Amino acid sequence: MNSNEKKALRVTACKVRIGAVTGVYCAKSGHPGGSLSAADVFTYLYFKEMHVDPKNPKDPDRDRFVLSKGHACPGLYAALAERGYFPKEELKSLRHIGAMLQGHPDMKHTPGIDMSTGSLGQGISAACGIALAGKLDKKDYRVYTLLGDGESEEGQVWEASMFAGHHNLDNLCVMVDCNGLQIDGPVSEIGGVMPIDQKFEAFGFDVQTIDGHDFEAMETAFAHARAVKGKPSCIILHTVKGKGVSYMENAVSWHGKAPNDEQYQQAMTELKAELARREAE
Amino acid sequence: MAEMVKKATRESFGLAVTEAAKTNPNIVVLDADLAAATKTAIFQKEFPERFIDVGIAECNMVGIAAGLATCGKIPFAASFAMFSTGRAFEQVRNSVGYPHLNVKIVGSHAGISVGEDGATHQCLEDIALMRTIPGMVVLNPADHYEMTAAVKAVTEYVGPCYIRLGRLAVESFNNNDDYKFELGKGITLRDGSDITVVATGLMVREALMAADALKSEGISVRVINIHTIKPLDRELIVKAARETGKIITVEEHSIIGGLGEAVCSTICETCPVPVIRIGVRDCFGHSGPGADLLKEFGLSADNIAKTIRQVVGK
Repeated sequence: MNSNEKKALRVTACKVRIGAVTGVYCAKSGHPGGSLSAADVFTYLYFKEMHVDPKNPKDPDRDRFVLSKGHACPGLYAALAERGYFPKEELKSLRHIGAMLQGHPDMKHTPGIDMSTGSLGQGISAACGIALAGKLDKKDYRVYTLLGDGESEEGQVWEASMFAGHHNLDNLCVMVDCNGLQIDGPVSEIGGVMPIDQKFEAFGFDVQTIDGHDFEAMETAFAHARAVKGKPSCIILHTVKGKGVSYMENAVSWHGKAPNDEQYQQAMTELKAELARREAE
Repeated sequence: MAEMVKKATRESFGLAVTEAAKTNPNIVVLDADLAAATKTAIFQKEFPERFIDVGIAECNMVGIAAGLATCGKIPFAASFAMFSTGRAFEQVRNSVGYPHLNVKIVGSHAGISVGEDGATHQCLEDIALMRTIPGMVVLNPADHYEMTAAVKAVTEYVGPCYIRLGRLAVESFNNNDDYKFELGKGITLRDGSDITVVATGLMVREALMAADALKSEGISVRVINIHTIKPLDRELIVKAARETGKIITVEEHSIIGGLGEAVCSTICETCPVPVIRIGVRDCFGHSGPGADLLKEFGLSADNIAKTIRQVVGK
């Protein structure tokens, strides 16, 4: 990855964070913490990794993305808006009555959303179905799905993982946003999710663990994942929940609430300063 | 007139989906380790490359079906009704119903006639559960010919459907040449003026036997076969309420949330008349031969006839 490309991704990721926090602020509710931890991977997927065309969002040959941790959609919506699937103005009506952008992803109304999700554990099964359809139809699109580490306490995640491993779905790439926190506290204290890399290995995945905010590491990991044949891939992303807004970082309380006016101003000051810094690089 | 066939509707389903797949390459069938029982094994034998056994994981099966449907496949996801609609209810609601995907949920071994396996496997709630999902078409075909027609119809219809299959063999009665299946349309099998029996699935034949037996007693019984419980043929039911003034519903299902309540809500809102619901009265089943259990729980021609006599006062 050359320095211009890296800079462009970093700049876009700042804009995605600004869009996500603005959406949640305007909605007066929503999930900023997990949107910010995943903002970099959303950016990488839509601006580097996936073969998609915002002008043709239903192209049968496109790569697919299923946001299994559906509550992080403010981040995904911001990435889709940046990529040109719909006007950025839409972000301000997130969760409003009559708005296109629902509290959790709705494939019927939002261009670029490949599967309706929100009930944890279900997105990864749908991603397996999409990957299976690709195999049946001998198409070479790839399917990406993002899980949360807390979400991985759902049994269905492992039903789906067993299926993906057994059926050698090498067109499937499962990512886990390991931000370490869930609503009731640290993931390590609540469930038995860790060691998650060993679990995915046991279910037949090729597993890589990277820093989920490092675009160069993503480039290497996704390239490796694409080259893996005969088994599905898993990329564990170590991330910081609330990344980019100082008072949200690593704070359980910012899983699912909106900033007030003052907090929003502070978040914008921080994120815009970071954006200016990245643009000046 | 086609020949009378004695077959369980699960077998008719297996044959019909296999037949439909010969001309429709998008049909795929999923099962959760019950292919021999649900009869999806018939399809598996003919189209092994389009059959996916997901193992004992019904929630995942429904999610995979949803994903396949987003790519233009027509997945039939089959298990026992208890599991495909009960265990996986929320997956059906959120991954199939909410995005209105073209998935056909199949529930076999529905009702008390499962028999010896007992209460854990006797699903008496599937129709209630599936009815509550917006946009879900709910079907309970009564015999071989109706199941064959229903599978063809749901294949052509684009959207989520639930199809209920029975375990016990049933003698066909829809083998007449003018039989016509239309989604959402009930069928008047006997005309009558004293009372209407609205029945579904395995109970339609029992209702016919009751009506025929009462003819000699001078009781004129209308029999309506409701193969599509949702959307319900409101017009036909309201007409029957107006013309016969009394209704009995019969279903091999809980009286809570099934055909009986669907008919009651329709009648209440438009033409209130007395309705008696025959079904399983808010209790679990238990082990025993299916045919004996049907009698024990009042799901028989004899009990339907007895109830009719009481209601019409003869």
